[in-house]
Amino acid sequence: MKRHLISAADLSRDDALLVLDTAEELARVADRPIKKLPTLRGRTVVNLFFEDSTRTRISFEAAAKRLSADVINFSAKGSSVSKGESLKDTALTLEAMGADAVVIRHHDSGAPHRLATSGWIGGCVVNAGDGTHEHPTQALLDALTLRRRLVGGRDRGLGADLAGRRITIVGDILHSRVARSNVRLLTTLGAEVTVVGPPTLLPVGVERWPCAVDYDLDAVLAKSDAVMMLRVQRERMNDAFFPTEREYARRYGLHGARMARMPEHAVVMHPGPMNRGMEITAEVADSPRCTAVEQVSGGVSVRMAVLYLLLGGSEPAVGTRTTEENSQA
Amino acid sequence: MSENTARTLIRDARILGGAPQDVLIEGGTVARIGGALEAGSDARVVEADGLVLLPGLVDLHTHLREPGREDSETVLTGTRAAAAGGFTAVHAMANTFPVADTAGVVEQVWRLGRESGYCDVQPVGAVTVGLGGRQLAELGAMHDSAAGVVVFSDDGKCVDDAVIMRRALEYVKAFDGVIAQHAQEPRLTEGAQMNEGAVSAELGLGGWPAVAEEAIIARDVLLAAHVGSRVHICHLSTAGSVELVRWAKSKGWQVTAEVTPHHLLLTDELVRSYDPVFKVNPPLRTEEDVLALREALADGTIDCVATDHAPHPHEDKDCEWGAAAMGMVGLETALSVVQHTMVETGLLDWAGVADRMSFRPAAIGRLAGHGRPVEVGEPANLTLLDPAYRGEVDPAAFASRSRNTPYRGRELPGRVTHTFLRGRATLMDGKLV
Repeated sequence: MKRHLISAADLSRDDALLVLDTAEELARVADRPIKKLPTLRGRTVVNLFFEDSTRTRISFEAAAKRLSADVINFSAKGSSVSKGESLKDTALTLEAMGADAVVIRHHDSGAPHRLATSGWIGGCVVNAGDGTHEHPTQALLDALTLRRRLVGGRDRGLGADLAGRRITIVGDILHSRVARSNVRLLTTLGAEVTVVGPPTLLPVGVERWPCAVDYDLDAVLAKSDAVMMLRVQRERMNDAFFPTEREYARRYGLHGARMARMPEHAVVMHPGPMNRGMEITAEVADSPRCTAVEQVSGGVSVRMAVLYLLLGGSEPAVGTRTTEENSQA
Repeated sequence: MSENTARTLIRDARILGGAPQDVLIEGGTVARIGGALEAGSDARVVEADGLVLLPGLVDLHTHLREPGREDSETVLTGTRAAAAGGFTAVHAMANTFPVADTAGVVEQVWRLGRESGYCDVQPVGAVTVGLGGRQLAELGAMHDSAAGVVVFSDDGKCVDDAVIMRRALEYVKAFDGVIAQHAQEPRLTEGAQMNEGAVSAELGLGGWPAVAEEAIIARDVLLAAHVGSRVHICHLSTAGSVELVRWAKSKGWQVTAEVTPHHLLLTDELVRSYDPVFKVNPPLRTEEDVLALREALADGTIDCVATDHAPHPHEDKDCEWGAAAMGMVGLETALSVVQHTMVETGLLDWAGVADRMSFRPAAIGRLAGHGRPVEVGEPANLTLLDPAYRGEVDPAAFASRSRNTPYRGRELPGRVTHTFLRGRATLMDGKLV
């Protein structure tokens, strides 16, 4: 593993499988009455959030706390950052406080990369979503969910990749960091990825991505093992990316009839928060094929795995009790 | 007067890269050219064996930042940087605070240039009041002022209103002015952070599409043709723009264009570092664009190299990409980049460099006394270059107040050793005088 996790491209196939397998190992901790491991005791993890995202922040917070790390939440709102303090000065402050890892969410693409390469801080940097660039831990938790559902088995797909699985990502690809990270990671894991959306919401240059591109959702549903619906902001309508919400939903929304055309084993994914009635109907969102809630729970395990692998060094993640648990299982 | 104004004999200089000759400067002009000239005991002798002698370079596009942003550059520091880069005249862009949109401001900049003594400063006037794009500035008053403005530009902003552009082009015909357009369709570039293409798609940075430049150029060459006026395209950056200018010139229209050194060398692949030192407007484009620009500069479709020297304080670049200012300094590396990209590739000889970096820019700006051939009787605005030099760019050694160069640590060829402004040395042995 590299020292930072900025992009899904930082992960080789082996790295990605190590994260996923470690996450599965750590997931078992969540079933215990006491969910805490001593692995990162004495380490400090800072959640540096320049953009509101309660869901991602509490996921990272839960992950760090279950590993016994000290967690500092630094929200740009109401702090000196909103008074014009630069990213550099914020970083130097965190460095002075002895942050071992900085989990950063930022509205500017590339801000985590800057933080990791500028020499402002010595700790590990984990990208928790930057602008319209990447959100690698989201892609990892999506991969975890896919592996459990599509490979499955008693060991939940431990050690397996996603070779040959056909994953379709639908919606606002242009502005989606989730899509960018998923295209990279799922391809690394051997999946065949197709991105689908109106041409206005596909970036110029998408033809160079390691995936197929389609404008027609109905054409790809029958050959998808998973369909990942992206959140589409209603405001995009005002910039003429599509004419109306209704037309968007009609052409690119996933409803019951469309879901019925998917193969029986195929699942529906959504990174949340969902726009019910826009990209996904309530019928689909609430169906057992939709993995949105599983994705959230997998998120904590994946983030534990990432923090452990970046910070934990060579000690075993779960400690000696792992073997006991394994023998019980 | 100091000894600096005395006679200077330059020995064995290769004029425009030709055979070694001696050049005697006397009283601010080139007095004699020939073999083994006698210096006389009072003359300073410059041994120029192996050095190339060029006419003093002329920059059509310089941001000196004064008045208003003296934290990034002043007329004095900017003209020192110019002299260090081999320039004897620069055109100071109008996007200062206050904007150079009145006779008062352009005269102030012009006077500051005269006081600096390092290089002639020819102010550029704003086309519209406050660069607002809506109301013509007093173009005639700026032309009639002591500054004698000929080039008008809202650079940094595009004159996007077609009627305003048409009127400006028409109006300056009265005094042989030229409108230098920053070609950027504003709606197509809202939120733009880098060239739109394969790299922006990966990096998730807002795209600045080539068509936003090309659409304005297409419109403006047609407008210039329609009203019979002169238009100059600033910092042309795409292969498509080259085609448009080539087409306009084939029609015989009065269209000229410039390219920056950085667009001749750097591509958007560098943005992968997210280092804002590579953030510039127009953005770095693709390899294909770079090669088309070099070819167009070689065949004369692009008339000249202009630096778009854009100093910024350190804090405006020491930050995340989205928060960073656009622009790069360029005066002190321009000739090296041109040697690297044009001369050492065989696309231009030194006579060609003199044409693209001195003769043509001076002609576009109707600048008297600059861009003259190296001949007896001409003003002694001269530059000596050591083309054999190789060295890494060290921003700490810059005369400019700012350090935002994209070439830090990069090895570039060539080093300006001497610059003469009307016979007076502004740079001697690589040191400012």
